[in-house]
Amino acid sequence: MASKTRISRRTFTAGMGAAGIVAGTAPFNIISAQGAPLKVGVLLPRSGAQAGIGQDCQRGVDITAGILKDLNLPSLQIMNGDTETNVEVARARAERLINEGAQLLIGAFDSGQSTAIAQVAEQRGIPYVINIAAAPPITEQGYKFVFRNFPTAPTILSNAFENQIEIFKATGNAPKTAVFMHVNDTFGAAMQKGFTGIMGKYPETPYKVLETIAYDGTARDLSVEVAKAKATNAEALVMVSRLNDAILITRELIKQRWSPKAILSMGPGWYEDQYLKTLGKLGDGPMSFVPWYDPNKKLSKALETALAKAHPGLNMNTNHVYTFEALLIAADAYKRAGSADPKALADAIRATNIKDNVSPGPGIQFDAKGQNAALKNSAIQNRGGKLVTIAPASASNAKPQHPMTPYDKR
Amino acid sequence: MTTEVILKIAISGVLTGLVYGLMALGLSVIFGVVRVVNFAHGEMMTIAMYLVIVLFSALGLDPLIMLVPISAVLFALGYLMQRAIINPFINRPEHSQFMLLVAVAIVMVNGLLLIFGPDSQGITTAYSFDSFDLGGVIIDAGKVYAAIAALLVAVALFAFFRLTLTGKAIRACADNYHGALVVGLNVKQLYALTFGIGAACVGAAGTMLMIVTDVTPAIGPAYTLLAFVIVITGGLGSMPGAIVGGILIGLTEALGGFFFTPSAKTMFSFAILVLVLLFRPQGIMGRKTA
Repeated sequence: MASKTRISRRTFTAGMGAAGIVAGTAPFNIISAQGAPLKVGVLLPRSGAQAGIGQDCQRGVDITAGILKDLNLPSLQIMNGDTETNVEVARARAERLINEGAQLLIGAFDSGQSTAIAQVAEQRGIPYVINIAAAPPITEQGYKFVFRNFPTAPTILSNAFENQIEIFKATGNAPKTAVFMHVNDTFGAAMQKGFTGIMGKYPETPYKVLETIAYDGTARDLSVEVAKAKATNAEALVMVSRLNDAILITRELIKQRWSPKAILSMGPGWYEDQYLKTLGKLGDGPMSFVPWYDPNKKLSKALETALAKAHPGLNMNTNHVYTFEALLIAADAYKRAGSADPKALADAIRATNIKDNVSPGPGIQFDAKGQNAALKNSAIQNRGGKLVTIAPASASNAKPQHPMTPYDKR
Repeated sequence: MTTEVILKIAISGVLTGLVYGLMALGLSVIFGVVRVVNFAHGEMMTIAMYLVIVLFSALGLDPLIMLVPISAVLFALGYLMQRAIINPFINRPEHSQFMLLVAVAIVMVNGLLLIFGPDSQGITTAYSFDSFDLGGVIIDAGKVYAAIAALLVAVALFAFFRLTLTGKAIRACADNYHGALVVGLNVKQLYALTFGIGAACVGAAGTMLMIVTDVTPAIGPAYTLLAFVIVITGGLGSMPGAIVGGILIGLTEALGGFFFTPSAKTMFSFAILVLVLLFRPQGIMGRKTA
């Protein structure tokens, strides 16, 4: 008779490490081609905690080809890469895409992952256009091949305060106190760092922050965090979050019977379609101060039409707009460079001057650091499952509603 | 900070801990009897959670009603897994078992990703946004229902192992493998039954968790790790230990997050784990091995 295998406690405990293998497994790495000459590696968090947002960015990729054709720009061959919401995986996937022939990289929604990709791109001499990532240091390294068409955290915050002041002046009603909750990742930490300093530059800001609460964005339960915020008795909730935590926090607000006068979000989550779909009328009210699009620009309407055709009922958002613009920059540079040579491409991107674009502001240009410093943010508000732009007045299509209707009165 | 807030946090931690405890109970039962470490435990729970999503979308059934049928489905899954995949590995080296179950976990995560996509999904029941106000202490109604259901399932399981012949036979296998064979027990059948019961526990826990949280395919490994932390803290193979460990971890995370920093609340559960391993390696309610 075979002897029974016994597992000691020590072996069991040692085996726990194997669970980490599962956590770090790569679910997908699909490579597809659209039959165009410039090979663009699109790195996004397609799985892991940010998977939903990565997939949303992909929708921006999917609707780009037709618009580039209409603009008489060269088409792009898309090579998809999954960062798995993991910095080290992002680095490895960037290496792999370059090895497989990618001539330009775009991505990767998250500052930590984008930082890792930027290091690889610079080392390998391949141009990298960041679609979404706000941590300032990425374009402060003196990189020659890294470009960002997305505002840095300080710009997002400065514009947020400017827009808030404009909104509260317009409504004649402002919260006096606030509690600041932020996700504790690279983006959230950068935003938190900038928040206090930049707030000091805007003395007209009507509220003072009573407490700052950092939380884990992958947490399964945020009841403690919300209870702690509620205990401050603040009138407004200032948020820097992601999608899943935004939904969890809203649920907790309702369950803990706390209706702040205003929810002021300075990051993703609160305006995303899944948030609106999941919460229905309970999702109405939050204002988001985000890199957005100018609804009055011609290309914005073209992008909206393309998105509506591909995904009926979906609201256009930051993810679609800035991922599209990253590809627009790539195609425009490729056309002007007339070559896929990395240095020629990088030089062409540096000389970018696109006036016909989607994001608010004068257009797309890069400074010596590779940063588009002319971008402007907008303030948007959830209304009846849709998003309206409420500030700045020059790029808005609705008036702000403040204070928010309490959750128990909807 | 008011007493009401602290009390609310503590109660919330205990309620969540009870559901976690039920999840860990499944792991503890399987390890205690079959001596196989189920590295696909959290992933099996996410399967149950997605079953809730599917049945809720299709039939509008409340998770409390789905508790028994989904547990039955998970029982069948666990039973078949043990018979078809795990039994051939019972006498193989431990690392082979680890790799087998890690592979099963990977298949499950990716299968769920293929079927349901990466987005977080949840359900909204009639009581999803309800809470009880007990003299200023606001308690999440969903957590109360989930915890009561978890407690009832745990009591039923204890009763099964103490009072039924099959339960006693399974305990006999756990206590003395060779003795069980000598007296003519069908050990392979009992192992499959045990794995099925452990899977039914995660099925019940997953169903209850859907009342209070959302699910993504990627969340499985985190639940597996959480189950390990709980069973090691409570005592490997100890059924009451799993429940006690769950409550302790839930309470620790809640109070740690409240009094210190919420972003580091999971750190406190791992700190408890380290302390237990240092000063009581067999776990709070575990038995010392020779």
